[in-house]
Amino acid sequence: MKCRKCNRQAAINMRRHKLALCETHYPEWFVAQTQRAIEKHHMFGPDDRVLVAVSGGKDSLALWDVLLKLGYQASGLYIDLGIEGYSTPSREKVERFAAQRPGAEFVVVDLKAEYGETLPEVAGRVRRGRGKPCSVCGLIKRHAMNRVARDSDYNVLATGHNLDDEVAVLFGNVLHWQTGYIARQAPVLPADREGFARKVKPFCRFYERETAAYTLITAIDYIYDECPYATGATSLQHKDVLNRMEEESPGTKAQFYLGFLRARKAGFFCAQAEEVELHPCTTCGQPTSAPGLCAFCRLWRATGE
Amino acid sequence: MKIVYRDQAWKLPGRRRVQDAIREVGLIPHAVLVVRDGRLLTGDLMLEEEDEVKLIAVISGG
Repeated sequence: MKCRKCNRQAAINMRRHKLALCETHYPEWFVAQTQRAIEKHHMFGPDDRVLVAVSGGKDSLALWDVLLKLGYQASGLYIDLGIEGYSTPSREKVERFAAQRPGAEFVVVDLKAEYGETLPEVAGRVRRGRGKPCSVCGLIKRHAMNRVARDSDYNVLATGHNLDDEVAVLFGNVLHWQTGYIARQAPVLPADREGFARKVKPFCRFYERETAAYTLITAIDYIYDECPYATGATSLQHKDVLNRMEEESPGTKAQFYLGFLRARKAGFFCAQAEEVELHPCTTCGQPTSAPGLCAFCRLWRATGE
Repeated sequence: MKIVYRDQAWKLPGRRRVQDAIREVGLIPHAVLVVRDGRLLTGDLMLEEEDEVKLIAVISGG
């Protein structure tokens, strides 16, 4: 198969686009498509300060790389959760990535150092984390991202969620008819309150296969293993099912997600989008729907009740 | 040909197209990328008996 642009041997064939590109033209296409998504969804501009949540995985490092190439003011945020055998190698990938790129700055939030416990420790102590710490992990990450963005004046928070991530979430929410969650899923989430960053997903139109190909072709060294707690996760099962459908019918995942975005824009889910009244947490000031402490601050007060 | 995927390896006799070899070891072509000598291969390429390829799962990371 030949590259559509130069007729050399292609490195990747994207069946849904009927487009094959070589090692030179694929990264160019990928960077240009990211810029298109940023503009299409009005995510941010050159004057915005963007904080990229980096895990050491392929999507977040690729996103940081592309935003730097596009000339955006993009800094990294790594959250060290203290997961044995996983957090240290992930952190090293982020450090190495930044060291290779002059001017790539990043912040580290070390959970154990700042709060006295690792994710497995806090998840084992509170009811919310029993069995699976993923719910506590999400809560901690959201809090840390909001905190660093607010403290350091970043007005945009970017995550490396790709189309497969978004489709797996949408599929799960449709299976359970979680209409409130469906209504809130979007490439851009406006800031909850004054002083907080809006959240954006510039890779939401790329297949996971496409971000993986970008990192391989551009030689970005990323953590290949899944988080040990993700083993058997429902979202991974959904991804597997969706990939089987995609294999038989190219474009299925994109149609499902992009069709959802069109329906959302047309107002199909407006009735489900509940207006939740938010208050500042009495300890940290972050927005919370509950009066008093937010869920994050309650984590550190909880003693297993 | 030798096919390596995570901590597994298979040996298949004869020649095959990349996508056929992936299916033969029970994986989904859309869910893996194929690397030979550090280069990504498209599914239509023919693999020879002496080739060794590595399959990279596209789902990975934190």
